[in-house]
Amino acid sequence: MRNNGDEKVIKENTNIALDNSHITKKGALSICNVTKIYDPEGVHVIALEDCSLDIKAGEFVAVVGPSGCGKTTLLNIIAGFDSLTHGEIYLDNELLAAPGVKPKPGPDRVVVFQHGALFPWKTVLDNVIYGPVIQKKMSRDEAIEIARDKLSRLGLKEIENVYPGQLSSGMQRRVEIVRALINNPLVLLLDEPFRGMDSVTKSASHEALLELYDIFHKTIYFITHDLEEAIFLSDTVVVMTTRPGKIRMTIKVDLPRPRDYRMLSTPRFLELKETAKDAVHEEALKAFQRGERELA
Amino acid sequence: MNIYFVLPLFVILSFIFFIFYRQQKRLAHYSGISTLSQIKKTLTSQRFWLVILGFVLTIGFWYAAVYWLPFDAFHRLPGPDEVVIEWLSRDPYYGISIYTKEYYVHILYSTYRATVSFLLATILGVPFGLLMGWSRRFYEYSFPLVEMIRPIPPLAWVPLSILMLPGVEPAVIFVTFLVAFFVTTLNTLLGVQSIDQAYFRAALCLGASSKEILYDVVIPGSLPYIFTGLQISMGAAWFSLVAGEMIAAQYGLGYLIWQGYSLVKYPTIIIGMVTLGFIGYGSSAVIRYVGKRLMAWREQELGGLGVTYEE
Ligand SMILES: Nc1ncnc2c1ncn2[C@@H]1O[C@H](COP(=O)(O)OP(=O)(O)OP(=O)(O)O)[C@@H](O)[C@H]1O
Ligand SMILES: [Mg+2]
Repeated sequence: MRNNGDEKVIKENTNIALDNSHITKKGALSICNVTKIYDPEGVHVIALEDCSLDIKAGEFVAVVGPSGCGKTTLLNIIAGFDSLTHGEIYLDNELLAAPGVKPKPGPDRVVVFQHGALFPWKTVLDNVIYGPVIQKKMSRDEAIEIARDKLSRLGLKEIENVYPGQLSSGMQRRVEIVRALINNPLVLLLDEPFRGMDSVTKSASHEALLELYDIFHKTIYFITHDLEEAIFLSDTVVVMTTRPGKIRMTIKVDLPRPRDYRMLSTPRFLELKETAKDAVHEEALKAFQRGERELA
Repeated sequence: MNIYFVLPLFVILSFIFFIFYRQQKRLAHYSGISTLSQIKKTLTSQRFWLVILGFVLTIGFWYAAVYWLPFDAFHRLPGPDEVVIEWLSRDPYYGISIYTKEYYVHILYSTYRATVSFLLATILGVPFGLLMGWSRRFYEYSFPLVEMIRPIPPLAWVPLSILMLPGVEPAVIFVTFLVAFFVTTLNTLLGVQSIDQAYFRAALCLGASSKEILYDVVIPGSLPYIFTGLQISMGAAWFSLVAGEMIAAQYGLGYLIWQGYSLVKYPTIIIGMVTLGFIGYGSSAVIRYVGKRLMAWREQELGGLGVTYEE
């Protein structure tokens, strides 16, 4: 069983190794002492405080923490949607973000949004080919060929001419991940992509994401509230403290890949889950108590 | 009962039937029922008969108010029968019926003015609104100005536009244009502002330049609001056109109505009004149709009847 799975992955890997081999090594993120203060002159919300984190190239990092602790803030800074107040971020040793550096989003760091941001006015296929075509990296025909190949890997081939509004949320998110991956980004940023999905759709989406990860090995920054999901998918679980957000602890997930839902009941998995749960619970409690104080 | 009652009743009935039948047909497109059962379904649906009842009651009240009820003010008005007889007469007593050339000249004048104003307002208003939504700086320049000028009622522009423009014709068109322009601009702006921030961010992530964001996010994203705006703008155009024609024009349905009043040709007033109702309905329908054509994605999404693809 396990061997079969391995073989399949290896075969697929060699299929696309041609254009990916030189890139799989890249995508290391260095987040050094990042502080983010919203509205420094006015309300002065410290969203992140002295936050440091090293993400290796090709590492799958899941970020958990209480609501409002700054997970999305950090994602927005990495993506280039927002600036930071102190600290630096390096991507493959090149300065990406620092105070005074103009934030610039780009196809090397593609975001998959919480509520989905497939263009509802474009068909699935037109959505997927959008990136490479406007960047003039591929002709439309080339892009269509590659998009079809990628879509069919995820069982999305028949829906290429459908508008996103007609798809279930699980399919939309998978299409969006394909739309991100076709750009060959260094880093994939996912903000609670599977939130609010029913458990069946969710586990199907997990499988799809894991399969893609095993093929492409991109660096992934994955925000979630679901601890089980975080451990099941990632190499490292990062637990953030309540606001102002800092890194409270990082948990190395040493479960073998490819992952399989049967691992959810192994002793090692449960042990990791306990560790993470204690930390998250404590932070959530702090956030809760602070909330009560603020209300009082 | 004479032909003058049966004929208009028949026209109205088949008009309502047609509207309902088309709705049924759209449903049938998904469920696949036969034409005959579609007709049957239309005829047995409660809403269909409620709409008919609404028409019958309104016309009945009109008739009663003119001939039976003890309100003196109403007795001066023509009854529905009188209007219909005049409208369908080969030799109309007050000069306007479906057999007179003049009737169509008035319709054509009004339609021409409304169309020109509407098209001008669309051609200028949509880009103006898009620009306001797309460029922060342009918004800062123009929004306060637009908000200041917009509340001035169209009729207040009539004297100035007659002074500014050569002749009455451009003046009437200008006044009509102005109202439609503001409606179109503001709805387009609202459309751009309503676009979810995530689409802009997604486009930036995928490497879009600001020109591509305009073409691939701003324009398609605001299209639903633009078309709602165009329908309102068409309505507003007719509204201010008729007002303008009453004051300044030589032809047109507004002129016809006003002339009917001053020359005591009361049935003509009502003929003009009902004609406006039909034309207004027709022009809205045309815009809705074009909008649906341009927004296939939305039709699928909002229909709720389309197939949804599941796992
Ligand atoms: N534009 C902004 N201006 C001011 N404060 C902000 C802004 N954006 C976010 N914040 C605040 O910064 C803090 C961190 O927000 P962020 O969205 O990063 O949290 P999060 O960890 O993603 O939370 P969630 O799990 O609820 O998504 C929150 O307290 C939020 O209220
Ligand atoms: Mg968030």
